[in-house]
Amino acid sequence: MNAFVRIVWLVVRKDLTVEVRSREVIYTTVFFAVTVVLVFAFALVREGRALGDAAAGILWIAIAFAGTLALGRTFERERQAETLRALLLAPADRPAIYVGKLVGIVVLLVATELVLVPLIAFLFQAPLFSQPLWLTAVLLTGTLGYCAVGTLFAAMLVRARSRDVLLPVLLYPITIPVIIAGVRGTAALLEPTPDVAIIRFWVSLLVAFDTVFVTLALWTFEPLMTD
Amino acid sequence: MPKWFMPAAVICGIMFALSPVLIARAPYESTMGLVQKIFYYHMPAAGMFLVAAVVCGIASVRYLFGGSPRQDRLAWAAAELVVLFGAIALVTGPLWARKAWGVWWQWDVRLTSSLMGWMVAVAYLLVRKYGGPGSDKLAAGLALFGMANVPFIYISVNYWRTIHPTTNVVPTLPTSMGVPFWFCFTAFVLLFVLLLRLRVRLEEQRSRLDVLYLSLDE
Repeated sequence: MNAFVRIVWLVVRKDLTVEVRSREVIYTTVFFAVTVVLVFAFALVREGRALGDAAAGILWIAIAFAGTLALGRTFERERQAETLRALLLAPADRPAIYVGKLVGIVVLLVATELVLVPLIAFLFQAPLFSQPLWLTAVLLTGTLGYCAVGTLFAAMLVRARSRDVLLPVLLYPITIPVIIAGVRGTAALLEPTPDVAIIRFWVSLLVAFDTVFVTLALWTFEPLMTD
Repeated sequence: MPKWFMPAAVICGIMFALSPVLIARAPYESTMGLVQKIFYYHMPAAGMFLVAAVVCGIASVRYLFGGSPRQDRLAWAAAELVVLFGAIALVTGPLWARKAWGVWWQWDVRLTSSLMGWMVAVAYLLVRKYGGPGSDKLAAGLALFGMANVPFIYISVNYWRTIHPTTNVVPTLPTSMGVPFWFCFTAFVLLFVLLLRLRVRLEEQRSRLDVLYLSLDE
């Protein structure tokens, strides 16, 4: 178990070091997410206010799109220098490598959300910070569920042809439930008087998705990444 | 081709030819009238859609952990049937909904989850076609995740207002409607089995041809 945690930490540290030095993925991802928010603002804002629950939807669409971009770029970097193969050849548990990559991507997306959430609260007059703990819970569980599937598929797609197109094609149908739960949970937070029972239901659904997705990914990462 | 294939195909053809007669003779449902008759095809197609998804998921798991190419061929064939029967269910459903609900489509949990399952199967076929080498395992992973999603969406039925008829419609059918319904259902099961067998055989012959080509090169 100790070795497992150590490998996870090494993979995370490697990814974050590369990212901190180049800042390629984080800059492009954050910029792209902001662009997505603006595009949707043009479509969904009437007379200075967003329609209905639009803020929650826009937040999650931006997270999903930015996540796809971050996943693609992160693994593209591993592919260019054949470092993913080196990583897989290392005498380390495959699940530990998967968890390491997953944590790295979740950290990247959470950093993006730190920019996105205030931006959306500001642009759409959305009371996103009225329940900070629940908002954190919804965002973290949703991001984890999305990245759990995304990391697995992005890692598998490294070897495939036309991977840029296939990643969203595979990822979105599978993660629709996570996005739905995230949007509904966030929309419940944005109500004038948030109903904690409803928010708790969506968060617990997200926790259930996370459990299933992470378990399935850990279980299948080894056979899927073996030639 | 196994011995049972041709007789079964003939029986299946006759059943599909007879089914409109039986459906026409079945009584009208009191509130929905004529439009309810689409149900005799819609529900069996939706049922086969789910069966095909489960077959695809199980075959994919067995392929991932056992590595037998037979399971892979079965999963591929089943995924195509998910798309086929799913398309029938997703076309006949809105045709009925337009009359019964007044709208073609409703973002109801049953409809959303069916559409999602269908899209996973389409994504599966896209991967098989355009993924290049190694896409068989990729597709197997996708099928596994697609299958894992289904029960979750069923749980959320309790929290979403659903207007799709529930599962207790079929067991409570009166005999006059039950007989044509189960007749059509059997026809669809037969069609499913026949198509699955045919599609697996095509794939078997393709792989045999590949082996022959390879041995010719050597």
